Amino acid sequence: MDTELNVIEIRNLTKKFGDFTAVDNISFDVRRGEIFGFLGANGAGKTTAMRILCGLSRPTAGTGTVAGYDIWKEQEKIKRHIGYMSQKFSLYPDLTVKENIRLFGGIYGLDDREINGKTSKMLSMLGMVQEKDKFAGELPLGWKQKLSFCIALIHEPRIIFLDEPTGGVDPETRRRFWELIYDTAEKGTTIFVTTHYMDEAEYCDRVSIMVDGRIAALDTPEKLKCRFTAETMDDVFRTVAGKAEREE
Amino acid sequence: MTMKEFLASIKKEFLHIFRDRRTILIVMIMPVVQIILFGFAVSTEVTRARIAFCGDISDPVVRRTIDRIESNRYLESAGMLQSPSGITEMFRRNKADAAVCFGRNFGEEYLSSGNAAIKIIGDGSDPNTARIITSYVSGVIQQEQQDISISMEGERKSSMNPVVHLMYNPAMKSSYNFVPGVMGLILMLICSMMTAVSIVREKETGTLELLLVSPVKPLWVILSKLMPYLALSAVNFISILLLAHYVMEVPVNGSIALLSLSALVFVVASLAIGILVSVISSSQKTAMLICGMGLTMPTMIFSGIIFPCESMPEVLQWFSDIIPAKWFIILVKKIMIQGDGFASVIKELSILAGMAGVLLSASIFSFRTRLQ
Repeated sequence: MDTELNVIEIRNLTKKFGDFTAVDNISFDVRRGEIFGFLGANGAGKTTAMRILCGLSRPTAGTGTVAGYDIWKEQEKIKRHIGYMSQKFSLYPDLTVKENIRLFGGIYGLDDREINGKTSKMLSMLGMVQEKDKFAGELPLGWKQKLSFCIALIHEPRIIFLDEPTGGVDPETRRRFWELIYDTAEKGTTIFVTTHYMDEAEYCDRVSIMVDGRIAALDTPEKLKCRFTAETMDDVFRTVAGKAEREE
Repeated sequence: MTMKEFLASIKKEFLHIFRDRRTILIVMIMPVVQIILFGFAVSTEVTRARIAFCGDISDPVVRRTIDRIESNRYLESAGMLQSPSGITEMFRRNKADAAVCFGRNFGEEYLSSGNAAIKIIGDGSDPNTARIITSYVSGVIQQEQQDISISMEGERKSSMNPVVHLMYNPAMKSSYNFVPGVMGLILMLICSMMTAVSIVREKETGTLELLLVSPVKPLWVILSKLMPYLALSAVNFISILLLAHYVMEVPVNGSIALLSLSALVFVVASLAIGILVSVISSSQKTAMLICGMGLTMPTMIFSGIIFPCESMPEVLQWFSDIIPAKWFIILVKKIMIQGDGFASVIKELSILAGMAGVLLSASIFSFRTRLQ
């Protein structure tokens, strides 16, 4: 399966909540090892689509595989092979750094030896050996963010889903965080990232823009800029998302 | 899903509780405070009620009756009054709890016609206590009246004199009533409120998402959240039992195993309510309000801790039937105080178990639906 080109294949995916069609018949592929930017205004349906990909929600119609597993039947296996980090960089503030690592190692089924090994590797990589017994709630925002990113990778997932991972963080910290993302992608992990910082969209290998539940554009940032004769991704986004009819 | 993953999440829940020292302190101290509060401050028992008298002290029958009342261990004299008009003043200054007024020529009337006027006046500003004291005094007077009849006439007048005896609780101790109530209230509070708040907290911080996106199944996520509260309520259950038995001197007549089983069923029902509350509330404050106002108040009112359910309008009595705490409190009373066995509590236990079952399936169902 590792030899397959696409780690995510989605065909005609639709999700309805009553009369409201949050995700409207979308199809796309994500290639192994790429950084895939998943853009869209609030309410465009990107969170709903991402929840389906993570096995948190079932689609109304359509088919697809994530990490080679069916989104209808194998949610359990999907969860085992993906990592997830939300915009809140959720860690348990009342647990120490070490305990947070241990907890997520534990719930992903790692044994004690693996957890101990991972913990010391992670701490030295992040330069947080001194802070291992500090409560996660006391860490600066940038450290929390990096720590939760590493924790999301603890079980060596094939894909990591990042839901607005840099929200509320200063530009310098964001830049360093993206270095971490590049390193991870180079090791072969696929990055699926939503963001509303358009400069970050430039860092992605390919970008999709969702408007009103549909994918309005999907290509490399260069080709998108060329097609919409725009200087920056910001201009591209304005042109594409400006056609939205749906209220936020 | 392996056991190890489940254990890892249970361990985390316990860590949360142990880290939160303030909460754990409150949880541990609450039963003690409640028991002491209900036991000593909110007591409805009659202990040394002060009785004022009004009548002709030189009348031997009056004298005898007063002596009888004074010598009773639960009553004492607040003094003689010149006229009945002084009673108001006594009550207002809180010098007496009740008054006994003898009619004119009390002894003479009594001995000649057997029909003498005597009035017991209670302080109705505290109706519960007044009712207990007046009925107690009237019982004492009735007994005295019997004795006088026998001693003075050598025979017993033929009249029906009911002798009231309270089984299981001869001294009318209120601890017999409030201990089961406090037990119900505390188990309910700890299980539902703390569960709801801890789940909603994870919803707020976004960590719940992380748990749900992990391979741990939602059902196990919930179960692991319930475990520490199950343990906490066991500690509380034991501490209330110990306090009740050794401090309040409430007997434990029935089987402890049966009592624990009932408590377990009730705790499961309360935990399920906690999950339901967590599903409908979006913030910790909401969850706390719903549990505090929406659960504690009806539990206090309808479970018979303060008011007897029997004296409520019928519609409200039906309503009280759907409150799990009511059935648990009945169970505790029956098992602990009356010493009933399994056979005689089977109805209440099945009702409670039924409720727990329905609540648990409803809560798991609603938790799952919310995820979809």
